[in-house]
This record gives sequence, structure tokens and C-alpha cells, in this order.
Amino acid sequence: MENIETLLAEGIAAAEKAENAQDLDQVRVEYLGKKGALSQLRKGLGKLSPEERPAAGARINEVIQAVTAKLNARKAEFDAAALEAKLASETIDVSLPGRGEELGGLHPVTKTMARIEEFFAGIGYSVAEGPEIEDDYHNFEALNIPAHHPARAMHDTFYFDAHTLLRTHTSGVQIRTMENQKPPVRIVCPGRVYRCDYDQTHSPMFHQVEGLLVDKDVSFADLKGTLEQFLREFFEEDVKVRFRPSYFPFTEPSIEVDIDRGDGKWMEVLGCGMVHPKVFESVGIDPEEYTGFAFGMGVERLAMLRYGVNDLRLFFENDLKFLRQFS
Amino acid sequence: MKFSEQWLRELVNPAVDTDELAHQVTMAGLEVDDVESVAKDFSGVVVGEILTAEQHPNADKLQVCKVSNGVEEFQVVCGAPNARAGLKTAFAMVGAKLPTPEGDTFKIKKAKLRHVESFGMLCAEDELGLSEDHGGIMELAADAPVGTDLREYLNLDDKIIDVDLTPNRADCLSISGIAREVGVLFKAPVTYVEAKPTEAVINDTFPVALEAPQQCPRFVGRVVRNVNVQAQSPLWMVEKLRRAGVRSIDPVVDITNYVLQELGQPMHAYDLDKLTGGIFARMADQGEKLTLLDGQEIELNNDTLVIADQNGPLGIAGIMGGEASGVNAETKDVFLEAAFFNPIAIAGRARSYGLHTDSSHRFERGVDWQLQAKAMERATELLIEICGGEAGPVIEVASEENLPKVEKIRLRHAKVNSYLSFDMPVEEIEEILIRLGMSITKDGDDAWLVDVPSYRFDISIEVDLIEELARVYGYNNLPVRVPKASLPFKADVEANIGLTHIRRTLVARGYQEAITYSFIEAGLQEKFDNENKAVALANPISAEMAVMRTTVWPGLVKAVQYNQNRQQSRVRLFETGQRFLPRGENMADMLQENVVSGVVTGARHPEGWTAGNDAVDFFDVKGDVEALLALGGAADEFSFVADRHVALHPGQTARIERNGETIGYMGALHPSLAKDLGMNGAVYLFELSMDAITAGRLPRYAELSKFPESRRDLALIVDEKVAFEELRQGALENAGEYLKNITLFDVYQGQGIEVGRKSIALGLTWQHPSRTLNDDEINGAVDSVITALKEKFGASLRE
Repeated sequence: MENIETLLAEGIAAAEKAENAQDLDQVRVEYLGKKGALSQLRKGLGKLSPEERPAAGARINEVIQAVTAKLNARKAEFDAAALEAKLASETIDVSLPGRGEELGGLHPVTKTMARIEEFFAGIGYSVAEGPEIEDDYHNFEALNIPAHHPARAMHDTFYFDAHTLLRTHTSGVQIRTMENQKPPVRIVCPGRVYRCDYDQTHSPMFHQVEGLLVDKDVSFADLKGTLEQFLREFFEEDVKVRFRPSYFPFTEPSIEVDIDRGDGKWMEVLGCGMVHPKVFESVGIDPEEYTGFAFGMGVERLAMLRYGVNDLRLFFENDLKFLRQFS
Repeated sequence: MKFSEQWLRELVNPAVDTDELAHQVTMAGLEVDDVESVAKDFSGVVVGEILTAEQHPNADKLQVCKVSNGVEEFQVVCGAPNARAGLKTAFAMVGAKLPTPEGDTFKIKKAKLRHVESFGMLCAEDELGLSEDHGGIMELAADAPVGTDLREYLNLDDKIIDVDLTPNRADCLSISGIAREVGVLFKAPVTYVEAKPTEAVINDTFPVALEAPQQCPRFVGRVVRNVNVQAQSPLWMVEKLRRAGVRSIDPVVDITNYVLQELGQPMHAYDLDKLTGGIFARMADQGEKLTLLDGQEIELNNDTLVIADQNGPLGIAGIMGGEASGVNAETKDVFLEAAFFNPIAIAGRARSYGLHTDSSHRFERGVDWQLQAKAMERATELLIEICGGEAGPVIEVASEENLPKVEKIRLRHAKVNSYLSFDMPVEEIEEILIRLGMSITKDGDDAWLVDVPSYRFDISIEVDLIEELARVYGYNNLPVRVPKASLPFKADVEANIGLTHIRRTLVARGYQEAITYSFIEAGLQEKFDNENKAVALANPISAEMAVMRTTVWPGLVKAVQYNQNRQQSRVRLFETGQRFLPRGENMADMLQENVVSGVVTGARHPEGWTAGNDAVDFFDVKGDVEALLALGGAADEFSFVADRHVALHPGQTARIERNGETIGYMGALHPSLAKDLGMNGAVYLFELSMDAITAGRLPRYAELSKFPESRRDLALIVDEKVAFEELRQGALENAGEYLKNITLFDVYQGQGIEVGRKSIALGLTWQHPSRTLNDDEINGAVDSVITALKEKFGASLRE
């Protein structure tokens, strides 16, 4: 038993000296294995007198624990180092681009149209749609534009035959809705419209969102309030808004709305007005009981103003380099 | 409508500058499009008289002129062929400042032209910014006072105001109308033109008959004899007309044009000697021929009102006169016409002959039906003043019952207030109405009866009056509020998929949204659809935009072409919109169907460092289509059936069905068509009916089993013509009721497999709801699947 303290010192030193996990296992076998020096000492306890045995046994256990602890500590060090080395070897270049399909994108006209629809959906309007090939009645007659009305010259119309045409506005949807639904009516009518006109600032096909509100006690002030707020929300700016008298056969009074975005220039952005009593009469709504307002805006025009697009024709060329700018 | 600001200010002169005037007029609904100066900035130009003009000694095209400014004589070299002795012209003296096209000015200096000294310059109109005319130096009237500043002489410190009038404001299609409106807006007094009646000095008349009194309820005529058509139109008239955009022609035409611009009444002057038997306002006979003033011969329709004599039509009423009966250089005696034609009788007629005139523009919109006699007096007065002659008595033929009536409209104060959300004071209402020329009487405590003036064709009901009140009061001065509404819930079908969801799904799968034209070229359309005869526009813009698409594909393929031509080889586009499928002859039966369509070409993956560069194939696109079909939670209702389509590769076309009904097609663009269209690489297309994919199915919970699943994998070798779907169905029908799922995990052809056959590897999974399935049960099910597939398809297990 006299060499136990030596074994303790040597065991600790050997564990300390081990350079890797294998060396450490070697030390463990040498001292703690079945035939290891400390195990042997414990086996030799039997040779001691019963008086000496408890103290010697306790001391051996203490030494075994001390060496075990040292070995475990060293093991943990080696494990940590090994893990670190492994992780270091697994380093990747995180700046490499990710794998898989890239996102596509919505057309700027769709984005703009959806945004307009959402504003109005938020205050209780529903979306209504209708045919693009329309009859003369729904596109003109019911809107107080009889045949040969000079206002027809404002709509360069594509015809198929005397009664069938490509809608020049989505107002026909308003008529169809009012034919089938009693007030209150709150709708927006988005969609493609067509005019027989093609140059830098006119496209033979473009998009409109029209709106219609019919209820009791709807006034000119409601129309102003609705559109003023809409324009400020749409542009996310405190745009100046002015209402200018104009003429549409289906509204009375009729208004064109101009905005000034701070540069002192007034730009026309939409047309609107109070629904003409003759329009109400053509759909069987009593204009003494109900009043309403309608408005219409060109989606491309608003998209151009909002995104700074300077050429209308870009919207229909479908150039990926253009479309991707709106993804 | 263009007019001279000075002319306007002769009638009404509010104390505001041009900008403010234009602004106020715009804000009252007469939108000012443009304000431009009559002449550009220049100075030092006077009326000069050419005393002599001689050939330049060293230049063929130049002349050396002696020019007087009334005080001194100057030598001026001039290149204009019309420079001649006696001519009065614009003379820019040394030191004058002339405008440049860039908007600056330059100074006239003493110069030498081909060794001859020149002191100043004789000017053409364009050199002073008066017009684009460079046809020679200006030809001023013989009585032009030599030495007078040209700006003063021609009254050039004036602006031309161009107002874009809406069709309802026919009453403003004259300087008097504009003046009346300005007077209302600025509360300014208006000096209206007075037409002094000319007493008849001869008794000559000419018979007039209204044979179409509904269309022509009033005709005023007058004979004026011994008119000198060689007389000069006075400078003031020529200038006012020029500033209104009207060219001076001869004094008689100028006078009728002037009365039109001044009062708004279109007039016509006939050469009396060319009229036979009387004037008849009648409907044209179908096919009657007439040569118009502009020289073109037209064939008349019987919906057209004409002014005729015994021999036939003299002109189209209210639109354009005829060549034969018009005033010309030989005319001695004239017959003047000032008529009222019903707007409905004129509307659309000019257009139907491809015409648009100042006259038709006004009659279509409505000419004051009480204006004819005044216009006749005004024209006579001017004619006699300028051309001399002797006037006969005014001839007026009218059909009272066909003239418009003075409308009496009841206006309720309460309606004004509720329509505008504004309690407009009684005095304000009355004042505005009176300023607008209405006469009003009280009708009860809270209403008025309003007489509308004969020039306001746009006012016939109460809200028309409310509009006038709002307009004059100022739209921007009226209150603003936000609508109040009761808000019921909107119906929402949970199982239905919105358009947004469909678009977003495609965007997430790498598609860019496109918008292509709904009308396309007929030939291209036919290449993509030989079953539906696309409906054609009667008046297309071009052959490229002539027929309504029956499929979105041609537009998308053109978009691919556009991008491939711009170095974009990987294209994934989709479009949602309508296609137009005729259903029989009746246009009203046209099926206008919403579809979602896509086109894909180029590499399967975006170019990158991991992706490889495989080209996209049928199954990539099918995956996208399946994703759309699965959105509604009813993917099992759809199936893909091998079929043919004129635009698609015959071996790579799938017709897509929902519960047996065709809802779309997908496949590879037919290689011949692809080649024809210059496509690079294979192009894949799909088009689905929107209604068929947006209608979904509500999820329904099925009890989950707690017992383990068992899976068996089978590699089956079958003839390559056997469709996977057939095998799948065969397995499904024979695998027993506890089969949960069939997965396809491999398809193989090549080494180890006989030519003409293929290996298909299926994974079958079983599960019992309430116990564990034992091996015997699973093996039994597997055996019955194998046996059935062997019998039906000659399938064998792969070793």
C-alpha cells in the first residue's frame, strides 16, 4: 500500500500527458482496467489486517475516483476538440445562392388592380365581373347613351355587328348588377376594356376598375369623401385632390378628379359622378328613393404613376426584364 | 373650341389675368387645354412698303428692295419671290428682335448679302411665330398704315385659348357662349353682340318649304342682291377667325364663319342664280348623289336631311354644302340660310359619310333654336357692310309644334340639400339660376319652377339644375363626408379557390404573369384552334389584332418569342383571362370563359451552381398543373387522358378531365408549329377552365388508425404502351379494402429490360382501422394484384 500515493501522482500525470483519446484509453487500462495497477491494489486489500482494511480501502477508492475524474475530464477535452475539428471541416460557403425555383411575379396591372379592389373590399364593396363582348344596350343604351349620341365619339368602339361590341368600360357590369340586385349596392368592377385607339398614350386594350354605390341618402359629399380617401391611401401620400366638372351621360353631376403630388401639376386620375336618374330608371330603381355614385379609373394610368412607368406599351409586351421589376 | 382672349374680353372683361381666367373656366367644367400666344416675342417690326424691287446683281434668287417705314427709306435684300413694288409687308428694321424656334430672340443687324448691303429684313409669318407659313413674306392689306408697329397693327398681344368642351356644352361653342359662362363665373357684366336689323330694300324672296318639319323645324332665309364678292374681308375679322383656327376664304364665307364663331349659328350662303324653284328641307332619297364643297361625290342615305331645290339636293343639312350651289368669284346674288335642325336628325350622319364639320359638330350637340333670326340679321349687317348689296325681307318658315319646348323644371330645395349634403341658401340658389339665364318662379315654400334657356340642351331634369348649382358654387367648395352604410356579411364559399390563390401558386412555382391582347391575328389563331371559328372584329386596328382569341396560347407563345429574341431562354409565363368560344351564329350565345393558361420553355431550373442544365419537360409542367388542380382539395376528381390537339405534339398531349368532363389541355407545342413560329427548344403549354378548378371540396375528416401500416414494393415489367394510370387502377381494384396508398417510385427502360418493355416500381401501403394486418393477409393482397396485372397487362415481376 505504500506506493498508492505514487500511483495517484503517476496516474494523474499519465492522464495529463495523454495526447489523444487512444493514449487516454491506454492510461485507463493501465490504472483502472481489470489488471490495472489500482485494481490490483484493491484486490490486495484482503491481505491486510481487519484493522487496516477500512482506511486503506477508503483511500484506494478516493484515488480511483480522482484518477477516473481526471480521465473523464481529459476525455471531455478530447471530445470537444474532436467535435470542433469535425465542425470546422463541415464549414460551407453560406454566400452561395440557395437551390430551387425562384419566385415569379404578378403583372403590375394585376398588382394595382388587386390593391384597388382591396381598398374597396375593406369598406364593404364586392367584386363584380361581366362579359367583355357586350351588347349595345348594356354598354351604351342603359347608360343614357342612345345611338348617335355625341358621347359615343368619346368611346372609339370595336364592333362585331350593329348590336355587339367590345365593352368600352366596365359600366355594363354595373347595369347587370343593378338589374339583378336591389339596393344597397356596393360593387367594384375590374377588368379589361377596349377602345379603337392605338398610339404612345393609348392602348386598344387596357384595364379599368369602376365602382358603384347605391343606397338611401348617398350624396355628392360621400362621393368626394370616398375618392379623396382612396387616392390618399392608394398613393400613401397626402396628395392634393380636386374635383372638376365634366360630362358623362350616365352621371349627373359628372366629375373628373385631378391630383397634385406636390409638384404643382394637376393630373387627371379618374372620372366619377352621381348616378343619372335615367340609368336608375333603366334598371328599375326609383331615383326618388335611392341615390348613388359611380367612379371609374384606368389601372395602367395609376400603375404608371405609382411605379414610375413611362410607356404604356410596356404593359403588354410581356418582356421578362420589365415584369421581373415588379416581383 | 379655340378663341382669341381679346375677343372674349371685348364681351366680358373680368379683372383677372389669363392664367386665373383659364383656371376658373377649367374649374367650371370648360377644360382649358392650351393657352398660346398669338405671336412669339418680337419687337422692332413695322408695316413697311416696298417702293422698288430689283434683281440682285450677284444672285438669281434675291432681290434688292427699297422699303419705306413712312419716314425713311432702307435698302433691304430679300429672297421671297412675292417681294414686289407696292406690297405692304412686315419690315424688321435694324435693331429688331425676332424669335428663334428655340424660344429666344435674335437681333437684326446691318448685313451684306453677296456684296450688297441690307438694312433689315422682310418677314414671312413663320419668322414672327404667327403661323407655320413660309410661303413668302407677309402680304398686308393695301390700306395698312406704313410705319405702324406690326404688333399693334395686327393686335398681336393676344392669347389663343383652347377649350376642350364636353358634348353637353354646345351652348359654349361660340364666343358669345363662352362670354356668357365667364360672366356667370366672375359675376361680370356681358356685352352681347347686337344684330342691327337691316331693312329690306328690295322685295325679293325665295320660296322655302319644310317637307321634313320634325328634322328641320325652322328655316330662316334671305335674298341679298348685288353683292361684291371681290371685296376684302376686314383685318379684324380675318384675325379673329384665324385665332379661332378658321382660314379666311372669301368675304361671304368669312361672314358665315364669323357668325358661327360669334353666335354659334352655322349658316350657309347659296349663289341665288343656281337655285331653281325653291328651297326644300327634305329627307334624301336613297342613293341620291351630291358633290360636296370639298369636291367629293357622295351617295346619300334616306336617313339624311338635305336642303334641296327642284333639281335635287344642294347640300347635306347642317353638315356641308354642295359644290354646285355655293358662292364663287362670279356670284352676284346670294341666298343666306340660318336654320334649326333637330340634333337627333343630324347626330351620327356626318360620321356616316366620313365627315366632321364645324356645323355638324354644333347641330349634333344642339344649336339655340331661337337664334336663327338674330344670326340672319347679324350676317346681313356684316354682308352689306363689307360687300355691299341690297337685302330682301327675312323669310322665316317654322313648324312650331316641332320646335323644342321651353322646359319647366321643378327644383326642390330639399333635394338640392340632400343631393349635395349642403344647405345651400335660397338667395344663392336663385342668384346662380338667374345668372345662368334661367327664369324662376316660386312653387310653394320650398321649390321653384325653372324655365331653361333655349341654348341649354343639357338641362331637362332636376338633377341637371343641381349640377349647375354645384358647378357654379364650385365642386371644391362643397362639403366632404364618408358614406354611412349597414354592412351585412358577404357570402363566402369556403371550398372555392380565389383567382388570387391560383395566381400566387403559379408565382411561387416560378411563373411571371403576362397580359396579352384578347384580339389576335386570324392566321395564328387558326394554327392553335381549328375547331372554333374565332369571331372577327368589324373594325380591327390591324390584321394583328383582328379576331377574338379562343385560346390564350397564341398570345403566350408570341410573348415567348419576344423574350427569346431578347436573350431570355428560360421563360415561364401564365395569364388569366377570357377566351371567346362562339356557340352558333348568335353572338349573344358566345361563351366567354375564364381560363388560366401557361407556357414554359428553357431550362428546368434557373441557371445556378447546383441545378444542372436539363431542359424542362412535360412532367415538370404537369407538376405545376397538378398543383393547381389540388388547390381545391379535390385532386382525385381530375385525370389526364392521352389525346390529340392541333397545336400540340401528338405523343405529348393530355386532355384534362374533371369527373369525365374536359376542362383543359396540356402538352408540348407541336414541333412543326414551334418551328413555324421560330421557337427555340421545346415549349410546353397548359390551359384550364377557371370555373373547373376554382370549385373545390370541403375537407371531411376520416378516422385515423392506431395500427401499423405495411408496405410492399413491386417492380413490374410491362409493355411500354401500357399507361401507368391503367396499372394503378388495376392495382387499386385488386389490393383489397385496406389498401391506403399506391406510390410510383421508379420508371425504367434500358439495360436489363427487354426492348419495348418498361419497369414500373410501385409501393403499396395497407392499414386496417382496428387491428394489425398479418403477413398472410398482405401477401394474399400482393398476390391478387400481381395475378390481375399479369392477366390484364402481361405484367411480370422484375427479378
